Amino acid sequence: MDLAQGGPATALGVPSIDVAAVLPLLIIFTAGAVGVLLEAALPRQQRWPAQVALSLASVVGAGVALAFYATGDFERLTTFRAEEASSGALAVDAPALFLWGTLLALGLLALLLIADRSVEPGGAFVSRAALRGNAGGTDTLTTEKTFTGMQTEVFPLTLFALGGMMTFCAANDLLTMFIALEVLSLPLYLMCGLARRRRLISQEAAVKYFLLGAFASAFFLYGVAMLYGYAGSVHLADIANAASGTDRSDTLLFAGFGLLAIGLLFKGSVGPFHTWTPDVYQGAPTPVTGFMAACTKVAAFGGLIRVLTVSFESTSWEWRGVLTAVAIVSMAIGAILGLTQRDVKRMIAYSSVAHAGFLLVGAMALTEDGLSATLFYLLAYGFTTLAAFGVISLVRDSSGEATDLSAWAGLAKRSPLVAAVFTFLLLALAGIPLTSGFVGKFAVFEAALSDGMAPLVVVALVASAVAAFFYLRVVVLMYFSEPAPDGPAVTVPGAFTTTAIAVGTIATLVLGVLPTFALDWASAGGFTF
Amino acid sequence: MTPTYYLLLSALLFTIGVVGVLVRRNAIVVFMCIELMLNAVNLTLVTFARINGELDGQVMAFFVMVVAAAEVVVGLAIIMSIFKARRSASVDDTNLLKY
Repeated sequence: MDLAQGGPATALGVPSIDVAAVLPLLIIFTAGAVGVLLEAALPRQQRWPAQVALSLASVVGAGVALAFYATGDFERLTTFRAEEASSGALAVDAPALFLWGTLLALGLLALLLIADRSVEPGGAFVSRAALRGNAGGTDTLTTEKTFTGMQTEVFPLTLFALGGMMTFCAANDLLTMFIALEVLSLPLYLMCGLARRRRLISQEAAVKYFLLGAFASAFFLYGVAMLYGYAGSVHLADIANAASGTDRSDTLLFAGFGLLAIGLLFKGSVGPFHTWTPDVYQGAPTPVTGFMAACTKVAAFGGLIRVLTVSFESTSWEWRGVLTAVAIVSMAIGAILGLTQRDVKRMIAYSSVAHAGFLLVGAMALTEDGLSATLFYLLAYGFTTLAAFGVISLVRDSSGEATDLSAWAGLAKRSPLVAAVFTFLLLALAGIPLTSGFVGKFAVFEAALSDGMAPLVVVALVASAVAAFFYLRVVVLMYFSEPAPDGPAVTVPGAFTTTAIAVGTIATLVLGVLPTFALDWASAGGFTF
Repeated sequence: MTPTYYLLLSALLFTIGVVGVLVRRNAIVVFMCIELMLNAVNLTLVTFARINGELDGQVMAFFVMVVAAAEVVVGLAIIMSIFKARRSASVDDTNLLKY
């Protein structure tokens, strides 16, 4: 054992970085860092326009860079093995490019929701996170009322979280994955605590998300350490090599896999690891909830599929039973507890737990079809859920958003358009034909069926039937109930929120009616390593 | 000096951390238990680096330390803000969101 003589100094070369491949990431992280500087340098009145312009421009710029890379040279898409980006720490392959595109599109819409100042005067974010407020009722924050600007730290935080998510689903070794997990989580913890209204539940959501999230990432990290002990490396491909045909102890491998899976499933709010989801979704400011619901799920499942496909394909017989149980529990919890909810945001949270179960069904089918179906499902679900949270932020009474279901009674009589859009989005979440939700579910179940998971598909179909009931309950409530006399009003949104809701809704419709082009993108290639 | 003992020790420390998170009430103490879990993992990483005879695990421990430091910054900021609002850092008092 001589660590000192471990390797000659010449072994440390300069890593070769394929800048074109990681340019989207660099743009997002640079813009986040510049955003922090702007926050310090600019006077308060100029911060909002500067930050909004910078964030939107960086996301669009990253999208353009991504499009150039993805369309410019198709050789790189298929032959990643020779063409390693970032010395192999990141795998910029076809699924990663698809996930990056999804994240950037969803991130752009989420930024529009976050930047909106028309729905809540002065924006949905408080300027001092430690400010007190009443739990449910009106705030008496006079300082906040007089200052109609908006707190703008949330923009760099969003960009850092977005960059972390992009790194997470392209990470090619577990250490990069852990760092990316923290880079995406830490800003989200802070963003949860920034709601202008209902300060106490917002802070409570932040503290719960933080403690549980840090707890889960400790498990993830212990799993990484176990797998390092097993394979002697944290590269996903090395773990796969070690797992196929060695006489090493399987204890380390499966202990490591289990602990790693806990961390990943927690982030994807799957099954029994979902306990934070309803509380955090309800307490966080609604635009942040939308960002979290859409983008975190994309990142978590992108990372999960990569780990399962690249590292653990050869041992799939051993773990598939466990993950099947987790998927069933997740679908059951989401569908059954969703029925009992009285709050719209909590209801969508339980719906996201059920959807996580469906996604896990697709992620377990380690076939080309399973991969492309899951990627499509993530894209479709992201747009729908983001638009749904956009609509939720519009229905307000004097104390802020009216998220209690009773307040939504008879909404169609007050605002037919908003009720119609929300109905459409709920139908998409339920998976009714002609919406993207149907196509996504169909593709995922078909892939699982052809991979020999028929019993699981039956359970998933029952769960989606049960879940359809609570979506339809809201639809019935909106259309066939009399509105309460002191019910909430529907705010007329400004351009930003309108754009976000419109794009989300149109994407839901287009992906439902003409899904082939997106399915083709999603199936343009498998994970390479 | 069998390295296995260090693995057992780190597993023990990790378990103490897990139990601490589950039973302690004060958010700061819960957070300290999470830090204990991260440091137990560091011990595991370093031990495996020793067993494998390479430096990767030790380098990873440095990464974990940096992440843990960043987590302290964010975590204490959040706990501070909730303490200012409630005059209490007990996780039992944060009970507005349920069911």
